[in-house]
Amino acid sequence: MTTCCAPGTEGAMELERLSHALPSPEELLLSSRTIEPGLRQTDLSVPGVHCGACITTIEKALTALPEVERARVNLSTKRVSIVWKESCDGHVTDPVRLVQTIVDATGYDAHLFTNAEEAGDRQQRDLIRAVAVSGFAAANIMLLSVSVWSGAEASTRDLFHWISAMIAAPALVYAGRFFYRSAWTAIRHGRTNMDVPIALAITLSYAVSLWETMHHGEHVWFDATVSLLFFLLIGRTLDHVMRDRARAAISGLARLSPRGAMVMTADGGRDYRPVEEIRPGDRLIIAAGERVPVDGLVESGRSDLDLSIVNGESAPVGIGVGDPVQGGTLNLTGPLVVQATAGAKDSFLAEVISLMEAAEGGRARYRRIADRAAQLYSPAVHLLALFAFLGWGVFGGDWKQAMLISIAVLIITCPCALGLAVPVVQVVAAGRLFKDGIMVKDGSAMERLAEIDTALFDKTGTLTLGRPRLVNGREIGAGHLSLAGGLAMHSRHPLSQALYRSAGNALPRFDDIQELPGQGLQAHTEEGVYRLGNRRFACGASAGAGTTSEVVLSLDGAELACFRFEDTLRPDASAAIRALDRAGIRTGILSGDRAPVVRALADRLGISSWKADLAPRDKVDAVADFSAQGARVLMVGDGINDAPALAAAHVSIAPATAADVGRQAADFVFMHDSLSAVPLAIDVSRQAGRLIRQNFALAIGYNVIAVPIALAGYATPLIAAVAMSTSSIIVVANALRLNRASRPDVSASKVADSGPVPAEARLA
Amino acid sequence: MNMLVYLIPIALSLGALGLFAFLWSLKSGQYDDLDGAAWRAIEDDDDHPAV
Repeated sequence: MTTCCAPGTEGAMELERLSHALPSPEELLLSSRTIEPGLRQTDLSVPGVHCGACITTIEKALTALPEVERARVNLSTKRVSIVWKESCDGHVTDPVRLVQTIVDATGYDAHLFTNAEEAGDRQQRDLIRAVAVSGFAAANIMLLSVSVWSGAEASTRDLFHWISAMIAAPALVYAGRFFYRSAWTAIRHGRTNMDVPIALAITLSYAVSLWETMHHGEHVWFDATVSLLFFLLIGRTLDHVMRDRARAAISGLARLSPRGAMVMTADGGRDYRPVEEIRPGDRLIIAAGERVPVDGLVESGRSDLDLSIVNGESAPVGIGVGDPVQGGTLNLTGPLVVQATAGAKDSFLAEVISLMEAAEGGRARYRRIADRAAQLYSPAVHLLALFAFLGWGVFGGDWKQAMLISIAVLIITCPCALGLAVPVVQVVAAGRLFKDGIMVKDGSAMERLAEIDTALFDKTGTLTLGRPRLVNGREIGAGHLSLAGGLAMHSRHPLSQALYRSAGNALPRFDDIQELPGQGLQAHTEEGVYRLGNRRFACGASAGAGTTSEVVLSLDGAELACFRFEDTLRPDASAAIRALDRAGIRTGILSGDRAPVVRALADRLGISSWKADLAPRDKVDAVADFSAQGARVLMVGDGINDAPALAAAHVSIAPATAADVGRQAADFVFMHDSLSAVPLAIDVSRQAGRLIRQNFALAIGYNVIAVPIALAGYATPLIAAVAMSTSSIIVVANALRLNRASRPDVSASKVADSGPVPAEARLA
Repeated sequence: MNMLVYLIPIALSLGALGLFAFLWSLKSGQYDDLDGAAWRAIEDDDDHPAV
């Protein structure tokens, strides 16, 4: 991996270039938007940018192009937005050049992303504005309240109360709307949540304070009302920021499913259409390195298909005329013409999505810890306030006094600490996971992860990296290895690339080289014809088919060497499985690959329960079986075929390399290669669960002390304000302990990471 | 007591000034790229090649 921070290493190998799959010009045009006539804006995600030099390098390189109007790098979201002219000096602009420029300048991948978080962004801004407004109101009212507490009397006190009331009213409407809206939704559906007691307490306390102000009363609670709002909004905003950050990081990953395809029209022309507009019967041209957009039949051409993301099969499969291809597979070696047999709506992917939707019922029923607590808490609090009112009214006889006391009870018990108890812990926990490259989609995911007792893994791409590795390199002479490496350099077939990577640097050059899709490579030299590919291709038809995970090098049909490959195990896979065992979590494998391969891996990792040859539906059924036995299942998977199981499981984790649907279905996405992310996420979630329970205990303990004071009628506004702030600070301080908690030993092996992301993360 | 007539509006308007300054900076996108802004501050904005 080259980096912009290390000039001189930019002489990237040809292979590295090949591996940067650039979006097609049509795809870029489709996703760009016109900002004014002749000017278009394209937003690209460049996950590798990490420092000031990256900003300068990219912006300088882009603005040097005549067609670029302006370019700006956003380092926080790791995105580049480019405004470019549709035509420049009479030439129509090729948008791929923009992407190519970024790749050339930095060596980092630049790709399109799904821009789906606009709505979330707007709500985050609304929340931050509400925090600012309520903070302003709280500070100013507190200022006036302190003057009252320190002895302002009579008309001065009334004046201060009136000013407080006037500041509090708009703040309550503007900043309180989030709670009112959520409480109203809950009540309308006959439920109750944390926001119901909050909304009720702030409204009632404001109303009573206003009434007191009008009647020249001594005690008002404007300060308590507004600072309550302020504290709670901070909790809510943090929660939102955490989810947004994870969502932005996930949507910045490369899309694996194509946006469109080149369609051959009836008159022989070519037309790039979005995937949704492809109809059955259309003839699609799929170049090497592109993904097949919809299901179809091969009409002409030969190639190898990488099915790993679709069905978990690790070895590429050769295909020819008449073979069916599934949407989502990657065309590796040769161009294909495919006749679509299904539109996007009926393709394999759509089938998977409908399975996912059917499976999602279980998770939707999960109720968050805070809401479950509120279910007990709010009736108790409201009854208590009602009893206080009736009790003081009947026995004390002074109904006004009774009213004030019941309001004091409501304010004192208002779940300020409770409302902060959960989000603060989860935000701190998510921040810790974020540092280790684990994105958490929302807080409830952490609650669910803390409950699991069974972890099921997909094989290809999850327990393994889905990247083949040469296993018998030592048995083969260096001469043959470098010969094969020199040949393999010219192919993007995964086995060729693995061979090339292990062949070293001094590789022979071949001038006359051809790639025969679905078969292998062939080079004519003075010594004869070298062939590298499957056994039948290299040694002639008589040699038999051979296996899919071997490559044979031959000279004029005589075998020189046979290279055997196996899938690379994900770093720390066995350590992660052992860590799960220690934590008392059952492990299992659900794979779509063939049984012998799965068994070998299961034995190696010490996993006793495994299933092979599973279709997407079988995986869902397997997860459902476990759930039916009362197990709480964590599903870890990456493929399209795993997506329904990811949705069906109690909670799910996917690696960043997963298929788009897999990443959407998963609750956690980990960016680094190492599988230690799984035990780490579980460990942090469990710690967070413990802290949340501690915080609840603290909040309840505080109520046990404070409520009798309020019931006895001693809770003045000063006492309420002090009690409320103290309990909130204690809860927040307790949550921050999570940052100092000792790290589990599995994460210590992070050094073993080998993927491109950690390499950059270490530089950052 | 009479001083309050001046002091309270002054205190409130100073607070409001801060509030509006924050809202304005939020709206004008100054918090969109905090990491980038930190780096841009130490970039040399001249014609010499960076690095």
